Amino acid sequence: MTLFLNILVDGVAYGMILFMISVGLSVTMGLMRVVNLAHGGFALLGGTFAHWFAAELGLPFWPALVLAVALTVALSLPLERVIYRRIYGFTDLQQVLATIGLTFLMIASVNLWQGSSLLPVPLLEGLKASVDLGFRTLPAHRLMVIAAGLAVVLGLWWLLERTRFGIRLRAAVDNRGTASAHGINTDRIFMAAFGLGAGLAALGGVLGAEILPIDAYYPLRYMVLFLIVVAVGGMGSIAGSFLAAIGLGLLETAARYLAPDFATILFFALVMALLALRPNGLIVRAQ
Amino acid sequence: MMNRIAPFALLALAVALYFALPYNLAFLTRILIMAVLVLSLDLVLGFAGIATLGQAAFYGAGAYAAGLFAIHAWADPIAGLVVAGVAGAVLAFISGLIVLRAHGLTLIMLTIAVAAICHEIANKARDVTGGADGLRGIRMEPVLGLFEFDFVGQTGFWYALAVLAAVFTFLTLLTRAPFGLSLRGIHESPERMAAIGTSVYWRRVAAYTLGGAIAGVAGALSAQVTQLVSLESFSFTLSAEALIMLILGGTGRLYGAVLGTLVFMFVHHWAAANDPFNWLFVIGALVLAVVFFLPRGLVAVPTALKRLGGQNAGS
Amino acid sequence: MQGLEVRGLSKKFGGLTVSENIDFDLKPGDRKALIGPNGAGKSTFSNLVTGILPPSSGTIRFDGVDIGKLNEAQRVKRGIAKTFQITTLFRDLTVRENLRLPILERQGRGFAMFRRADGNGETEAEVAALIDAFALEPLADKRVADLAYGQQRLVELALTLALKPRVLILDEPAAGVPSSETHLIVQAIEALPPDLAVLIIEHDMDLVFRVAAQIVVLVQGRILTEGTPQEIAANAQVRDLYLGGHGHD
Ligand SMILES: Nc1ncnc2c1ncn2[C@@H]1O[C@H](COP(=O)(O)OP(=O)(O)OP(=O)(O)O)[C@@H](O)[C@H]1O
Ligand SMILES: [Mg+2]
Repeated sequence: MTLFLNILVDGVAYGMILFMISVGLSVTMGLMRVVNLAHGGFALLGGTFAHWFAAELGLPFWPALVLAVALTVALSLPLERVIYRRIYGFTDLQQVLATIGLTFLMIASVNLWQGSSLLPVPLLEGLKASVDLGFRTLPAHRLMVIAAGLAVVLGLWWLLERTRFGIRLRAAVDNRGTASAHGINTDRIFMAAFGLGAGLAALGGVLGAEILPIDAYYPLRYMVLFLIVVAVGGMGSIAGSFLAAIGLGLLETAARYLAPDFATILFFALVMALLALRPNGLIVRAQ
Repeated sequence: MMNRIAPFALLALAVALYFALPYNLAFLTRILIMAVLVLSLDLVLGFAGIATLGQAAFYGAGAYAAGLFAIHAWADPIAGLVVAGVAGAVLAFISGLIVLRAHGLTLIMLTIAVAAICHEIANKARDVTGGADGLRGIRMEPVLGLFEFDFVGQTGFWYALAVLAAVFTFLTLLTRAPFGLSLRGIHESPERMAAIGTSVYWRRVAAYTLGGAIAGVAGALSAQVTQLVSLESFSFTLSAEALIMLILGGTGRLYGAVLGTLVFMFVHHWAAANDPFNWLFVIGALVLAVVFFLPRGLVAVPTALKRLGGQNAGS
Repeated sequence: MQGLEVRGLSKKFGGLTVSENIDFDLKPGDRKALIGPNGAGKSTFSNLVTGILPPSSGTIRFDGVDIGKLNEAQRVKRGIAKTFQITTLFRDLTVRENLRLPILERQGRGFAMFRRADGNGETEAEVAALIDAFALEPLADKRVADLAYGQQRLVELALTLALKPRVLILDEPAAGVPSSETHLIVQAIEALPPDLAVLIIEHDMDLVFRVAAQIVVLVQGRILTEGTPQEIAANAQVRDLYLGGHGHD
């Protein structure tokens, strides 16, 4: 029972992190049809900035988090303008290359600035504690991650279903041509969606630093993981990303608890089997 | 024209480099080995049009197969190459059956995942592979029973050059053969290939398998010449670098793969010697420059220059 | 029965019925045309017959054998081939290479790895014969991408004939071809082997009336009527719906 609860809490927390980091990737891939291998780089940037603000400048955790996310978004927008906008029309292969190049540049920059060692983000004192639920205790950090994840899901839902931006974004994902024919400024939408995705990745990177530790090689190390969430969830599907992230989070956590030696192999094997059966992911958007 | 001359020019260049850099034979041999790997990628990507970021899986499989075979069974280099080729082919065939059902991003992701699984297996199977310490203790017999591997790396160099030349010749024949023509057809228009009665899927699996075999041979060369196999053989970085070398040189023309490898490795050597930490800046910038300014690779430079010259003359 | 025998063929895309209960025969030597307004389901019908799309219901027999379960490649091997509405030629290959590919595939040499693709006398003789038949000699070593559109259409036709089909479906062979070049297409169709079963899908009525002996009219996925060109031309319903009325574009 305890084991089950541990897997559940850790798995869901892990899934929330995966969701926050990957959802932007899914949306940009669905929206702009760009194979973006550099997305994990934004989580790295977020984590690095948070480390800098909190550990070096001594800011408290929450301001450091907000500033790190804001700074990442601020960096992502010109990148979208200068690099991404130019590669939207390229072939898959060229996009892969360009974004690998970008990933290398991000890694090199962090490496130059902060070195290649671990970049921990000091947690709020309170988060190190455990929360007593009466019948058992849980690490506060995991609960905070889950709460933050739920807040992001609700926020995204509200943004997409209830705002003009959301309506336009969904229209653009469903059909770019029609959207711009209806006078929707797709350039602006792309940029906003890209910045939003980068910001969420930064948020996930910082909040998840306990689970996926931050160092310069972060984007390469976890690249497959984020891509898997998108591929399994179905490109461009937010609900799909959420289901996939939580499912994969639980799967990998369960594998780690139950068969620690074979967790990674088991995880990959199951994912490959799943994708062999459903090459387009769990949720396929209608054309 | 270039297709005829370029291979011989490159061969002559290799020999010239041997005499020009006699103390850097290990580096030169490394270039030859990478060229074999990049050629395998040219078959898979340049000809068959399969965008993969996991070619290191087969390179690593070949490297470990050759290393283990030499340690536990027979230390003959040529036999090791054959075993490694088979290992690469088998892995490519089995993974290809799954991977090639997918397209686009999912395909790319699955190729990365296959290499990641191999990496993890090699890491966990410490008893067999030496895990993160690498596979050590490979001692090769002389090549063909005649040429002892020496300290300076002379035998290693000629051995690798001979294998590279053999692979190059094989691929040249292959690309001129009906099989190669059908791969170009698939690359250009898979719908049409299906419409003329070809099973595109099996043709791609075949190309992927052959590419796996050649990558396995490259891995074996590395294991035999350096007498070491490390987990890095399965790394994403290796796959990515091989891809960058190929695109830098230009896909679909075999000499482009070799040229790209040569240039990349020299830039790497130079940049890493100056400042190893900033190597990733150089390679990142290089990749972006190629994608934006030289999408068809170095092999297209002469044509581009000619066109430029023609325009100037015309105006 | 010799030839193609389609019974009760239907195709639905979600809620949209694109082919409805189609009965259709095509025998060796037939020259049939399939006409109908845009979106009538003509291309869909040809895709069902060639195995590009799976039908929702109905049977397709060829020489009396049910071929409904075969995939596209297998049907090509049986002798059912089609040209595409939009050309999907191998643009970066030369005309000669474009023709060589299907011949090599048909001869089962597609997997050969150690022979030159252009080294087989039998193959090359067939390539040469096709180039001759379509008067493509001056263009034979040019890349397809560098040809005029009408010429590409000819290559498309030659490539499909290289499969030695027994049933040939031409999906808008003259689409996009300037009127100054349509006579090339007409000549090529008229020169097809006499015992070949040919189905032409086409909007260009001049072309249809010149080459077809029988015309089938498809409207909203159903066969409206079938008859000789004279009968169709005289059919008031067809005039209203298609020929006389709002035209085809
Ligand atoms: N894959 C598909 N999914 C959904 N609907 C489709 C699909 N393919 C075709 N349709 C629809 O089926 C109908 C028939 O299309 P089809 O291409 O067969 O018409 P057609 O008679 O060939 O038209 P045209 O003369 O323009 O070539 C159209 O309404 C089209 O939108
Ligand atoms: Mg049509």
